[in-house]
Amino acid sequence: MDTYDIIIVGGGGAGLRAAIAAAESSPKLSIALVSKVYPMRSHTVSAEGGTAAVLRDNDSFDTHAKDTIFGADFLADQDAVEMFINEAPGELIQLEHWGCPWSRDPDGRMSVRAFGGMSVNRTAFAADKTGFHMLHALFQTSLKYESVNRYDECFVTTLLVNDGRVQGITIINIYNGQVEVITGKAVILCTGGGGRVFPFTTNAAIKTGDGMALAYRAGVALKDMEFVQYHPTGLPGTGILITEASRGEGGWLTNKDGYRYLQDYGLGPPTDEPVHRKMELGPRDILSRCHMQELEKGRTFEGPYGHYVHLDLRHLGENKINEKIPFVRELARKYIGIDPVYEPIPVRPVVHYMMGGISTDATTKTTLAGLYAAGETACVSINGANRLGSNSLTECLVFGARAGRSAAEYASAQSSPSSKPLEALARDEQQRLDQQFLRKEGGKERIATIRQEMHKTMEEGVGIYRNEEAMQKTCNTLSQLRERFKDISFDDRSSIFNTEVIAALELDFMLDVAGAIAHSAANRKESRGSHTRTDFPKRDDENFLKHSLAHRTVDGPRIEYSPVTITRWQPEERKY
Amino acid sequence: MISPRPDKSMLYYPKMPATWWLRKRSYFLFMLRELSSVFIAIFLVVLLVQIYQLSEGPKSYTAFAQRLGSPGWIIFHAIALLFAIYHSITWFFSTAVVLPLRLGKREIPRNLVAALNIGAWIVVSLVILYLFLSLKG
Amino acid sequence: MNGATATLNITRYLPGQDQIPRSQSYSVPYQRDWVILDALNYIKDHIDGTLSYRWSCRMGVCGSCGMMVNGVPKLTCAVFLRDFYPQEIRIEPLVNFPIIRDLVIDMSDFLDKLKSVKPWIIRKTEKQISEGEYLQTPEELSAYQQFTQCINCMLCYAACPVYGMEPEFLGPAAIALGYRYNQDSRDQGKESRQAVLGSHEGIWQCTFVGECTEVCPKEVDPAAAIQRSKVEITKDWFKSVLLPWGQR
Repeated sequence: MDTYDIIIVGGGGAGLRAAIAAAESSPKLSIALVSKVYPMRSHTVSAEGGTAAVLRDNDSFDTHAKDTIFGADFLADQDAVEMFINEAPGELIQLEHWGCPWSRDPDGRMSVRAFGGMSVNRTAFAADKTGFHMLHALFQTSLKYESVNRYDECFVTTLLVNDGRVQGITIINIYNGQVEVITGKAVILCTGGGGRVFPFTTNAAIKTGDGMALAYRAGVALKDMEFVQYHPTGLPGTGILITEASRGEGGWLTNKDGYRYLQDYGLGPPTDEPVHRKMELGPRDILSRCHMQELEKGRTFEGPYGHYVHLDLRHLGENKINEKIPFVRELARKYIGIDPVYEPIPVRPVVHYMMGGISTDATTKTTLAGLYAAGETACVSINGANRLGSNSLTECLVFGARAGRSAAEYASAQSSPSSKPLEALARDEQQRLDQQFLRKEGGKERIATIRQEMHKTMEEGVGIYRNEEAMQKTCNTLSQLRERFKDISFDDRSSIFNTEVIAALELDFMLDVAGAIAHSAANRKESRGSHTRTDFPKRDDENFLKHSLAHRTVDGPRIEYSPVTITRWQPEERKY
Repeated sequence: MISPRPDKSMLYYPKMPATWWLRKRSYFLFMLRELSSVFIAIFLVVLLVQIYQLSEGPKSYTAFAQRLGSPGWIIFHAIALLFAIYHSITWFFSTAVVLPLRLGKREIPRNLVAALNIGAWIVVSLVILYLFLSLKG
Repeated sequence: MNGATATLNITRYLPGQDQIPRSQSYSVPYQRDWVILDALNYIKDHIDGTLSYRWSCRMGVCGSCGMMVNGVPKLTCAVFLRDFYPQEIRIEPLVNFPIIRDLVIDMSDFLDKLKSVKPWIIRKTEKQISEGEYLQTPEELSAYQQFTQCINCMLCYAACPVYGMEPEFLGPAAIALGYRYNQDSRDQGKESRQAVLGSHEGIWQCTFVGECTEVCPKEVDPAAAIQRSKVEITKDWFKSVLLPWGQR
């Protein structure tokens, strides 16, 4: 049994930032950083376009706040948004001091670029590998803190809750398959989202909603899970992300007639140079819906992986593409054999981000004492019903740092957990894991089959357009899958690096997350942000200007609601 | 507390075969370049002996020069020359990697740097050859 | 889709069961737009759940899925079946590393080496956050930018015969990252990295085979970083010997 003051689960942007913040707040604290992959493999690495903060004189906290709240379709908590925006510039500068290779203006300042839904250029970037550079800068910087002890390639199976507070975790050490206990006075979950519950996603394989499920099972509510962001420009088939920065730098979306169709949906007029919040720089939820309407009108292309439109960058020229969005060119050439300098890139909306997550307050605290959450896995909420592009990397930094400090403060005031009750809990967990995973024999369901059926029903029921009937069907299918999951079979009964067991544990978590999404969606009888219902096409502030909270029960999710904090920006119609 | 690491006793440590350098063209060329120094070194030793013989007077120098005229030594020198040329060419390509040249914002393409180097080398060699021939005449 | 299949011969090794690695052959449906990783995932999902390998982003940036493809270190998410079809394809774990299982290698050695080059900004005087960012011109950025692109995929270690023969060699990626910080205009820690970079196990063990640069999927060019470090450290040494005290 290893003992720490703080346990951080997840080694991406938020987790590493939390680890450094905790280490800096007191060198006396011992910190465990647990991740199922090496930290530099975390999905932060795939973020491309940039990270937003008010860095220039032509910008202000109020406009960034307003853009964010407007983009969120007023479901964001405005006090949290303001606090987030105030702390954002400091975090970006902190990362600059830690060596992040930001792209620069000729005078040496960090450059900023345009992004969807933002009314001024405020997105700092490191070419178009911003997430990669931030993650590696954080990881490499974290190496100098001796109080941070890493548990690489360890999979967390449960939170140990005793006496009303979280006091540790159990892990499977992937190298040898052993179940081990790590105790801690505080636990921070930074495990990212769960885009892998859907078939077409920009998300990496590891994004299976582990932290959400861990908290959910420990009795913490998942907030606003129905809000799933589709990114309008993913590659068909693989879902590989083509960054919004390609539009921020001036790219166009055209249908099969070569027509910039966004002008037909109130986003016009089309201009040669990009205009903030117009046309291709509209917010992601609206652009994704426009795509689906073009599909209905029969104006999209049809390929082996279904419908798509064109992202045309040719007019930007080779130099600008190489300088500002080289990774877009690399990805298009490598993966679909198209050079965007000479040809448009085929794109379609793909699942990208989950606005919802573990319900926390602005200090990252959850309702379970000692448990904190930050990053995509958490829902404060600053993203409401639709996140603006380039707010999420900043969110990892601001709330990662807050979580590190909050947990440090809490842990410093706590006594060490007594090991007896935790040992008992760990024995129960070992038994559960043995029975259902590690030593399970027999069974006839293949893991991949259940996963594929989950993908299918999620796409059908809670995709871009939703309705009552389809969502109910998805809820039912998911509970059937939950039953069938009990009968899974394993090919691999070895204890050394058993990735099949890990895949089963991930699927187990994903089924919980999928259920929370589908039930939260079915209960929200309105359209808001990314949640678009054909049977309730209007926003309904009267009944649904509130957060949904999904609680786990034996009979499936129970949905409750909590109020949204409105301070200075009264809800109004969201028009661009 | 120690971070979990794979149990060393469970790992398989592959061994590198002695013939690793035959597996790949680039490794082979690398070994060839390493080998070239052997020939260049022998050549230099012979050259030093030759200079020493020169100081011993014309008689011993002529005798030595005659011995070098044997077919064996000529073959050796031909091989040494080829190795020297190969070594020099790879050297110029390496130089381009080690010392990047910039023109304003852009790095000059390495092949161009190497080509310029090799060009200059040929010119210098020709000049030396010319001087050598004209002196002899 | 027309019933065509591709054949992959994959290295299998399960400690406790296999004394030495063996090869196992799998047939997968041939799809023109599949990468090797898609074929591995197909095997894992539908044929043999025991096959073990690492992967995540499938877009060439997380660095997880490096393997030997027909003897060459590659990111398997970025190599297409069609480049080999209809020939059989040989998939092996990255060479020069201990094998944990199947295609999974132990790279903990690299993580120790990475830490030893102090890959973080070292300052004599820290600037406060409230004073804003360190200014850095695009030219200053371009002096080290290339070397920031390393995704730690370990392909360069698999390509390096020196690392294969002398595992204590610091290796291409770790040296390139050390050099990256040395070249960063914000950094003042060159001296404190010298002991490790300039040691025998550091840059001087490199014999400039140059293969690290050849196989790098991100055009980092570690070979250049190592040779330039040699030049710099030599220059610094001459300066320290030739210049009188106090003028270095």
